[in-house]
Amino acid sequence: MLHFPQWKVILVAGIVIAGIVFSLPNLFPRSTMEEMPSWLPHKQVSLGLDLQGGAHLLYQLDENEMIDDWLGNIRSDVRETLRRNRISYIDLNQDIAARTVSVKIREGADFDKAYTELRKLAVPVGGTFGGFSGANNLDIERSGDNTVLFEATEAGLNQRMSSAIEASIETIRRRVDAFGTTEPTIQRQGRNRVLVQVPGISDVERLKKLIGETGKLEFRLVDPGVNAQELAQTKQVPPDDELLYSTDTPPIPYAIRRQALVSGENLVDAQPGFDQRTGEPVVTFRFDAAGAKRFARATQENVGLPFAIILDGKVISAPVIREPILGGSGQISGNFGVQEATDLSVLLRSGALPAKLTVIEERTVGASLGADSIASGKKATWLGLLLVVLFMFAAYGLFGVFANIALFVNIVLIFAVLSLIGSTLTLPGIAGIVLTIGIAVDANVLINERIREEIRSGKSPVASIEAGYTRAITTIVDSNVTTLISTLVLFWLGSGPVRGFAVTLSIGIIASMFTAVTVTRLMVSYWLRWTRPATVPI
Amino acid sequence: MFTGLHFIPPNTRIGFVRLRTISWVISALLTVVPIFLVWHVGLNFGIDFVGGTLIEVQTKESTANLGEIRAKLTGLDLGEVQIQEFGAPNDVLIRVSAQPTEQLQQASIAKVKQALGDTVEYRRVEVVGPTVSGELIAGGTIAVVVAMIAILFYIWFRFEWQFAVAAIASLVHDVTGTIGLYSALQLEFNLSSIAAILTIIGYSLNDKVVIFDRIRENLRKYKKMPLSELLDLSINETLSRTVLTHVTTFLAMMPFVIVGGEAIFGFALAMVWGIVIGAYSSIYVAAPLQLILGVKRDGTMTSSPARSKERAAARA
Repeated sequence: MLHFPQWKVILVAGIVIAGIVFSLPNLFPRSTMEEMPSWLPHKQVSLGLDLQGGAHLLYQLDENEMIDDWLGNIRSDVRETLRRNRISYIDLNQDIAARTVSVKIREGADFDKAYTELRKLAVPVGGTFGGFSGANNLDIERSGDNTVLFEATEAGLNQRMSSAIEASIETIRRRVDAFGTTEPTIQRQGRNRVLVQVPGISDVERLKKLIGETGKLEFRLVDPGVNAQELAQTKQVPPDDELLYSTDTPPIPYAIRRQALVSGENLVDAQPGFDQRTGEPVVTFRFDAAGAKRFARATQENVGLPFAIILDGKVISAPVIREPILGGSGQISGNFGVQEATDLSVLLRSGALPAKLTVIEERTVGASLGADSIASGKKATWLGLLLVVLFMFAAYGLFGVFANIALFVNIVLIFAVLSLIGSTLTLPGIAGIVLTIGIAVDANVLINERIREEIRSGKSPVASIEAGYTRAITTIVDSNVTTLISTLVLFWLGSGPVRGFAVTLSIGIIASMFTAVTVTRLMVSYWLRWTRPATVPI
Repeated sequence: MFTGLHFIPPNTRIGFVRLRTISWVISALLTVVPIFLVWHVGLNFGIDFVGGTLIEVQTKESTANLGEIRAKLTGLDLGEVQIQEFGAPNDVLIRVSAQPTEQLQQASIAKVKQALGDTVEYRRVEVVGPTVSGELIAGGTIAVVVAMIAILFYIWFRFEWQFAVAAIASLVHDVTGTIGLYSALQLEFNLSSIAAILTIIGYSLNDKVVIFDRIRENLRKYKKMPLSELLDLSINETLSRTVLTHVTTFLAMMPFVIVGGEAIFGFALAMVWGIVIGAYSSIYVAAPLQLILGVKRDGTMTSSPARSKERAAARA
């Protein structure tokens, strides 16, 4: 007990000093820290969304829409393959629920050739590490009666889903970045979900609107030969046309040609601006070379006719082509304000989402509530700490002081670790720290109670302190392991704030085994050496 | 020098196990009444588990006019809408029941925001769709069960099976007791309640382990002492620690109940209750159960391989 090897003393002191150094930045505001010399630790504990305010949005990709899209692609591939080989077919159908496409070949004689050609449509799906996984994206079978059945496989669907999610994340990132907030988190969750966390955002509705919009832009001709108002009533739309509505209230119907002149994929840039003549907000855009060429030809051929700019199936505006647009750039003017023009340009720049995203979970906290939570969390923590410190002193006197110093080190270590691993502090996380306070002094309670028992059994001060520490240690480990087990389960299950609780509590428990046992033991050993007490004041 | 107060005098001998007929009744009540409560009164499930929308607003005037807010929100065709004061008098919690689809759910927030306009400040909006709420229920249940099983194995590994069974039985007691509190006070039962229950499981066990440790030690030390007496001795020897440690945790957590704010009130209250009920079950459930489960008390543990080997060696 009296002998603490030199290296151990240095190690303990080193850990404590490191803890203080790495937790110190948290005492200063961020602005002060930025002025400090760069060799000092700068990392601070970042506050969770519940404390600093912000939005947590969980999006789910519409799986059915994706399957529908895919089956549509398969159908056009089938059509294309059969036409190329001059094979005529009858029923070409798709079934979303079964994820299948079926085609019936008209002549039995053509069937074998058709089957051989169609089988080439199946493509192997890459494995997890880019290698060959052994599965194809399609299962292609003959199913009697001259019919070929295409079934979209699970592996194929997973691959499509993965690339769609990756693409969505990129698109969302570009859109969220437009808000200029600090450190948004955008990550994949599970199979078909994307988690978006934006700290400190106030206009959540605008954020949701910007992320949720698919952003599919098309330039299409308006059919000049029909009256759209009449069509809207009779519903007798010509096969080459589609009835779309404008964003006005009430919506104005337009009969639009199905084929697109140019689509958003050909855009290279879009910026908000103002019309030079009218001064109203507009979005200016620029096409890539291919897009510019197609747009030039289309406008040359259709001077004097109206065309429509369509975003996600809604007509934004339908201007008349006054002259051919050859430069590959133009402007969109709707009846929008400055913010709408900005948002539209962000939407166009970021590209379209591969499928519709739906919010399935939303948690947003305003900055004022966050500030209130910090204030009440602080108050409760100080009060709890004060009560515990006073109680420990009342219960054990000097040994209570040792425990309290160790407790202080424990809290310092929690903040040091939180800063180092870049974990966020949430309100439940603060509660976790407070619970740690209770659990940390528990180790000292166990030790001190043991020491008292050993003294009663008649041992000398040094022997009873020694026995107190060695005997209590197994109990301390046992009892902390059980708490750690449930904390780890909590971490594994939990999300957001609850996970913050698990993080601080587990760091605190692990740190407490060091502070409550080793740190107090070091203090007690020095105290024993200096004072050589005849009795232990406990 | 000040040596600290001895809150529990050194030679305290309280006949905890001797009074077991009374304590069995209380423990049984603490386990059964909550089940009855949940059955008949039910739990006030939060949107985490049943889906729906929660909007916390702060009105500009110092006292919110709940009637006015209610008037604005009825007729929006949103199903059940609950409006209640939340902490401060100008803080109002609006809860809109789950809508059939995620899209309608999003639309419901827009409707509420439109109806209330700029008269209030939006402090918090939480929306949980039907997909997520189902998953959260499953996840929460799995977590509690997994934690219990993991602990069962740990105790079994460290002690004998009798201790593990006693620990789990008393944990069930603590969990039902805590759920009972949620039901009795109609506190919102949400994800943080699961966190509270898991923490209570871990924390309460902490205490049982300490007493089990002492029982095991005493089983080796006093080979002739009747089991009920030995259990009482073990509980009394660790009583000071049991009381002190629960008092410190209680003192640390209590300020959260009082000044921690509405957001964490339910969680903090459950924790405080769990601390109390955990202390009770350590003394009155976990330890006395050994009498029923019949820990071998001749100093040889039933399932300790090392000791049975020793015994085999002695016989040979």
